[in-house]
Amino acid sequence: MSAAELEVQGLTKHFAVGSAVRRSRLHAVDDVSFALRAGTVTALVGESGSGKSTVARILARLMEPTTGTILFRGDTPGDELRYRSEVQIIFQDPFDSLNPVKTIGHHIERPLRIHKVVPSDQVEGRVHELLATVGLYPPAEIAAKYPHELSGGQRQRVAIARVLGVEPKVILADEPTSMLDVSIRIGILNLMRRLAEDRGIAFLYVTHDLAAARYVADDILVMYAGQIVEQGPIEEVLAEPLHPYTRLLLSAAPDPANLAPPAHIERTGGRAAAAVEPAEGCRFLPRCPLAVAICSEVTPQLVEPHSGHAARCHVTAPSPTT
Amino acid sequence: MIAEEAIVVPAVDERTEMLLEVRGLQVDYGRARAVDGVDLEIRQGEILGLAGESGCGKTTIASSVLRILRPPGRVTGGEILFRGEDILRLKPEELRKFRWRNVSIVFQGAMNSLNPLMRVGDQFVDTLRAHERIDRKRALVRAGELLDLVGIDPRRLRAYPHELSGGMRQRVIIAIALSLTPELIVMDEPTTALDVVVQREILQQVDALKREFGFAVLFITHDVSLLLEFADRVSIMYAGEIVETTSAERLATKPLHPYTQGLLASFPPLTGPLTKLTGIPGAPPDLRDPPAGCRFHPRCPHCVPERLGLYTRQTTERPVLREIAPGHEVACHLVEEGDV
Repeated sequence: MSAAELEVQGLTKHFAVGSAVRRSRLHAVDDVSFALRAGTVTALVGESGSGKSTVARILARLMEPTTGTILFRGDTPGDELRYRSEVQIIFQDPFDSLNPVKTIGHHIERPLRIHKVVPSDQVEGRVHELLATVGLYPPAEIAAKYPHELSGGQRQRVAIARVLGVEPKVILADEPTSMLDVSIRIGILNLMRRLAEDRGIAFLYVTHDLAAARYVADDILVMYAGQIVEQGPIEEVLAEPLHPYTRLLLSAAPDPANLAPPAHIERTGGRAAAAVEPAEGCRFLPRCPLAVAICSEVTPQLVEPHSGHAARCHVTAPSPTT
Repeated sequence: MIAEEAIVVPAVDERTEMLLEVRGLQVDYGRARAVDGVDLEIRQGEILGLAGESGCGKTTIASSVLRILRPPGRVTGGEILFRGEDILRLKPEELRKFRWRNVSIVFQGAMNSLNPLMRVGDQFVDTLRAHERIDRKRALVRAGELLDLVGIDPRRLRAYPHELSGGMRQRVIIAIALSLTPELIVMDEPTTALDVVVQREILQQVDALKREFGFAVLFITHDVSLLLEFADRVSIMYAGEIVETTSAERLATKPLHPYTQGLLASFPPLTGPLTKLTGIPGAPPDLRDPPAGCRFHPRCPHCVPERLGLYTRQTTERPVLREIAPGHEVACHLVEEGDV
C-alpha cells in the first residue's frame, strides 16, 4: 500500500445557524478521518448537504476546521504557501473559476511565477507543456485564447493544467465533471486516472455520481449528515455494501448495464437530516429500514468487519463490544 | 380468454391515439438555428424521452410546444399539432386555455418558481381558479388531494415554499402541473437538481400517476441512462436535429447512430465489468455555423477520408431520418450503407 500523502483525523466543522437569539450548531462535518494515498483516487460520495464539499474546502485550507488535525506526509503543515502548492483544489464550475479578461496562458503562468516553479525564461515553455499534458492542442494557440473561446470541458482541462503547474502531491477535485456535458465527462475522469497513475498524485474526487466514482476511484468514502458512514475499497463496498444508506444510493442510481426495472424504493420522508445539534443515536435512523432499538440510543461508530472495509451501523457492522 | 382479448383491443387502440405531432419544426435565435427540421410524435399515455447535450435544442422544443419561446427565439417553420390542431395558430385566448388544461410543464429549476410569499395551497387555488369556476374552499380540498397524490402530507398546504425541501417543492410543482388533468406534461430536466434518491422517488411517482391518469410525458434530459429505464421511446438530438428515435429497449441494446453509441458509452456501468471508456472527442458545433453535411461528422469515428465515397456524402449531404427497422429511425449515411 502506498504512503499516505494527506491524512485527516477527527475532522469536525460546526456552523452557527439560526437567529441571534436561537443560535444552534450545524455539525456539517463530524469526526471524519481518512487518508489519501499517493497514486490513488479516493471518491467522497454523498448527497447535497452531507458535508462532502466542506471536507474538500477544509483540506484546501479555504476554511478552518472546528477541531481535528490534518497531516501532510505525516507532519502538521507549517508553511501555508508550501501547503497550498502541494495540495490543490479544482472546483465544479469551470465557467466561474477563470477570469474572463485574461488569456488561458495567463491563468496557467501565474501559479508558476508565484510559487517560482521554473525560472521566468522557461515559464512559456512550461505553460505549453502543461496544456499538452491535459490534452489541449495546439498549446500555443490555446494559450492565446480567452476563456469564452473554450468549451466547458476544455475549461476544466485548463483548471487542471493550472493546478498541475505547481506539481502538487494532492488534488482535491470538487465535482469536477457535474457541470460538463456527458460526452466530455469521461475524458476528465480518464485524465484524473492517468495523472494519478503516471505522476503518483493522490486525488480526492468529490461527487454524487456513484457510477463515475466506480469508474475512476480505488477507494470510496460515503458521507451522510456530516459523518462517514462507510469506507473501503470501492469494488468491495459497491459489491457488498454494509450501510443501509450506501444500499439506498445504489438502488436509486440508474445503471446502464442493468436495465431491469430497479427495485421499488420506499419513500423515506424527504431529505437527509441536516445535523443541527444532533442527538445521540444514528443519524440515518428516520430513513432506515433496518433500525433496531439501540439505533435511537447509541451513536454507531465506524467498525471494520472486513479488513479495510468499515461501516457505521449497529445492525450490519455491530461493534464487538456491544 | 378470447372474449377478454376482444375487450382489450379497443382500449389499446384508444391508448395509442396520436396526441402530439411535431413536423419539420424550425426555431431560430437570430442567426443560430437551434432546432432544424425536427419531427416528433407522442401518443396518448406514452413517455417519450428526448436526450442530448446542452445547446442541442431540447429545451427550445419544450418551449415551442407550450409557445413560451422568448425572443429572440422564433419558430420559423414547421407545425406542432396537438390532436390534429396546429398550436402555432392558436389565438391568445385559445392559447391560455390550451396551456395547463391540455399541456403543462415542469422545468428543471421549477422548485424555485413557487412564489416565496404565498402559502403552497394558495398557489394551487390560483392555478385552479384561473381555469375553472371553483370556489376557494373546494379548490383547497382539491389541492389537498393533489398533494396527497404526490406523497406530501395535505397539511403542508399551509406551508411556505422555504419550509419544504427541494424534492418536496419539485413534487408540489408536479402536483400543480397535474391539477387540471392535462393530457401531456412536458418535463424538462425535472430531477436534475436533485439527489439520486429523491430523483428515483419522484420518477417512481410520476410513473404511478401516469398509470392512474393516463397522461403522456415528453421527458427531456441529458441523462440517457435514466431514459433507458423510464421512457417508452427515446429520441436522441444532436445540434438541432433528431439523429435517432426508437424504443428504450432497442436503444439500449442496438443503438445505431455513432453519436448515440458515443453518448451511451459515456455512462460508466455501476455493475459488471469495467472497461476504459472514451466518451466522444471534440465538442458540439456552433449552431451559427454548423458543419456541412452530417453535423456530427467532425466528431464521428467513422468519418475518414480513406473511404472517399462515404466521406464525401458525410461531409456534403445532410442525412435524413429513415426508418431502418419497424419503429427505429436513424439519420446516418453509414447506417444507410448498411455498415454499422
